[in-house]
Amino acid sequence: MHKKTITIALAGNPNSGKTTIFNNITGTRQKVGNWPGVTVEKKEGSVRKYGHDLTIIDLPGTYSLTPFSIEEIVARDFVIEESPDVVIDIIDASNLERSLYLATQLRELDCKVLFALNMADVATSRGTKIDANKLSELLDVPVVFTIGNKNTGIDSLLKAAIKLADSKSKISQKRKVKYSNDIENSISKLQNFIEEHIEQTLPYNMRWMAIKLLENDKIVREHIRQKTGNKSLEIFREVETHRKHLLDRFDDDPEIVMTDERYGFIAGIIKEVVTKSTKRRIDTSRNIDLVLTNRFVGFPIFILFIWIMFQTTFAVGSYPMEWLDSGVNWLSAILELSLPDSLFKDLLLNGIIAGVGSVIIFLPNILILFLFIAIFEDTGYMARAAFLMDKIMHLIGLHGKSFIPMLMGFGCSVPAIMATRTLESNKDRILTILITPFMSCSAKLPIYILLAGTFFSANAGTVIFLIYITGIILSIITGRLFRSTLFKGADAPFVMELPPYRIPMIKSLIIHMWDRSKMFLKKMGGIILVGSVIVWMLTAFPRNINYSMDYNEEINKINASFTEKQKKAAITKLKLAEKAEKAEKSLMGRIGKTIAPVFAPIGIDWRGSVALLTGFVAKEIVVSTFGILYASEEADEPDALKNALLASEMTSLSALSLMMFVLLYLPCVATIATIRRETGSMKWTLFSIVYSTSIAWMAAFCIYQGGKILGLT
Amino acid sequence: MLLSKMKEGQTGIIVHVGGNNGALRRRVLEMGLTKGTKIYVEKYAPLRDPLELIIKGYHISLRVEEAADIIVDKL
Repeated sequence: MHKKTITIALAGNPNSGKTTIFNNITGTRQKVGNWPGVTVEKKEGSVRKYGHDLTIIDLPGTYSLTPFSIEEIVARDFVIEESPDVVIDIIDASNLERSLYLATQLRELDCKVLFALNMADVATSRGTKIDANKLSELLDVPVVFTIGNKNTGIDSLLKAAIKLADSKSKISQKRKVKYSNDIENSISKLQNFIEEHIEQTLPYNMRWMAIKLLENDKIVREHIRQKTGNKSLEIFREVETHRKHLLDRFDDDPEIVMTDERYGFIAGIIKEVVTKSTKRRIDTSRNIDLVLTNRFVGFPIFILFIWIMFQTTFAVGSYPMEWLDSGVNWLSAILELSLPDSLFKDLLLNGIIAGVGSVIIFLPNILILFLFIAIFEDTGYMARAAFLMDKIMHLIGLHGKSFIPMLMGFGCSVPAIMATRTLESNKDRILTILITPFMSCSAKLPIYILLAGTFFSANAGTVIFLIYITGIILSIITGRLFRSTLFKGADAPFVMELPPYRIPMIKSLIIHMWDRSKMFLKKMGGIILVGSVIVWMLTAFPRNINYSMDYNEEINKINASFTEKQKKAAITKLKLAEKAEKAEKSLMGRIGKTIAPVFAPIGIDWRGSVALLTGFVAKEIVVSTFGILYASEEADEPDALKNALLASEMTSLSALSLMMFVLLYLPCVATIATIRRETGSMKWTLFSIVYSTSIAWMAAFCIYQGGKILGLT
Repeated sequence: MLLSKMKEGQTGIIVHVGGNNGALRRRVLEMGLTKGTKIYVEKYAPLRDPLELIIKGYHISLRVEEAADIIVDKL
């Protein structure tokens, strides 16, 4: 027996159990990446079975192969261009009629198709019996029964796939969808016309190409244009004649008529293969839904679920976060002691470990959040959440599903932006990514606490609350603004399946969680490492600073003269002053001073601008930078920084302006890396940075200058 | 009547799927809301939009504005 790798593509509707079957076949030997050029996830796995090397490709779940969404384009292109040896269409047996729509489209493509009738046990329990032999005969396609979540039928499915791949027989041309006479006429005429006029070989089956041209399929048209150049005009003219003829005949667009007729064809099949018992059965899923999307308790339950998710992610997640944090601290303490002082040590400790460490501590949050999201998705609750929230989110021009990422943004933008993957429409995804950073993340809270606590001590809580509200309002404004400008055009249709509730499989949940975390660690790691090293260089260079005085000598003088107690205080003071001067004269300090004029109109001095710059690494650092610059890092004086701030030129008004700026300005390096990854575009990443920072400046400007006009301080 | 005017628990047969947005219209059809399909209005969301239908043995939700493009015969 010859040995070659067999490529098997898994196609199927969303919620058909495709991913479960993929997980069952490949186990943990999966490679997760993106399809080239798009942010649609591509899963691939390799196994050795029955003497063959099998490569399994999980195509995106789609309802159809019309190039309506990016997923459909990806799935279709793969089948046409990569010509996998076998395409397995996973069909949800309890949802046969709609599933067959994709099946008939696959059947029209020139590929070896095999049907997996999945979850037939559910169908049987609902009183539906499917005659698989009849189905196989009617469509001339092998049919195998599988129960994905019980891992049955997978072996026979693979065996059937291998057999089909090895079979030399031609793909049967008969038993495809038959359209009405007028359409069939146009198809065959068009087919002949193309065959006569094109010498080039196109990767398409002729009948299929004629059908797609009649349906006015943009991608097929474009392909033909590229391949045949001027000749394409002749073809398109011919297509137009036929389309016009059919439009006159049916009084509707051919693609609409053909969709109708495909369902008509399917209805005929259903009549022959399905027998339904009329006995009424309890529909558990429907009963659950009567509660979960109930007019009165639907929302309270939803809020409860979200609250649990939020609390677990950020409150429970804070424990392992602390362990990781102390692990990082422990590591740097060990290295601090064991390594000799050098530039390298400084880089390692203050650059690499501090920078990467500040990001890796988010790992527990990410794991927990994605566990919840996986549970919501796999049980089918995510669709209900979108169902409940859509009315509200639609006001911003977004889809109901955008709610979860936006809410998670209050915790941390990194997992929040990663959560936008649950959105199907690319427009919705990018818009949600752009407005999520306005949800004030938890790392910004210490800054508000410091500033509001210092300058608005009595009303600190209210001020912080208002800051959060401002973020929300600005995200709504941004959403509406972008929807009517950048993302103009019709909203993505909401048309969404509400799949039956299912008990999630632990294996799937873990694989889902693991994929996300691996992605976080791998992809974020590199960018954050580079970012941290750059920021470290800016703060560590130049090495030879021209200090205003010789601190060491001053310290020596003190050592010689003062009493023990005074000595300690005086030395600490000097050391802090040295640190402050070092920060001031570092590259970062110089940049801060250089750009200080930009911040002057919004009432932020050079210290503020340096602090804001360092906030680029992580927002938590802003507070510690203030600590260094105001030379107040003193353990025995807890309110030292507060007092220093009060004594400085900063006023309540400039503090408010600073907080507003922090709320809105450029996200931290980890978030930027995530935006880059999830939008797949440098353009959108830069846009996000520029947009948020300019909004931040304008908002702070309004507050500061407006406040000054009103006579506030 | 328009699908968007149907009440919870009512059944109807789709007569015509209209609307100016061709892509949306096709999407609606591809999901199985074709002429002659029997629909059951399962419920409206708590905020009265979107609504949930049962067609061809499965549950689907549509926005009210999308349902306003669909004409049905009430049964």
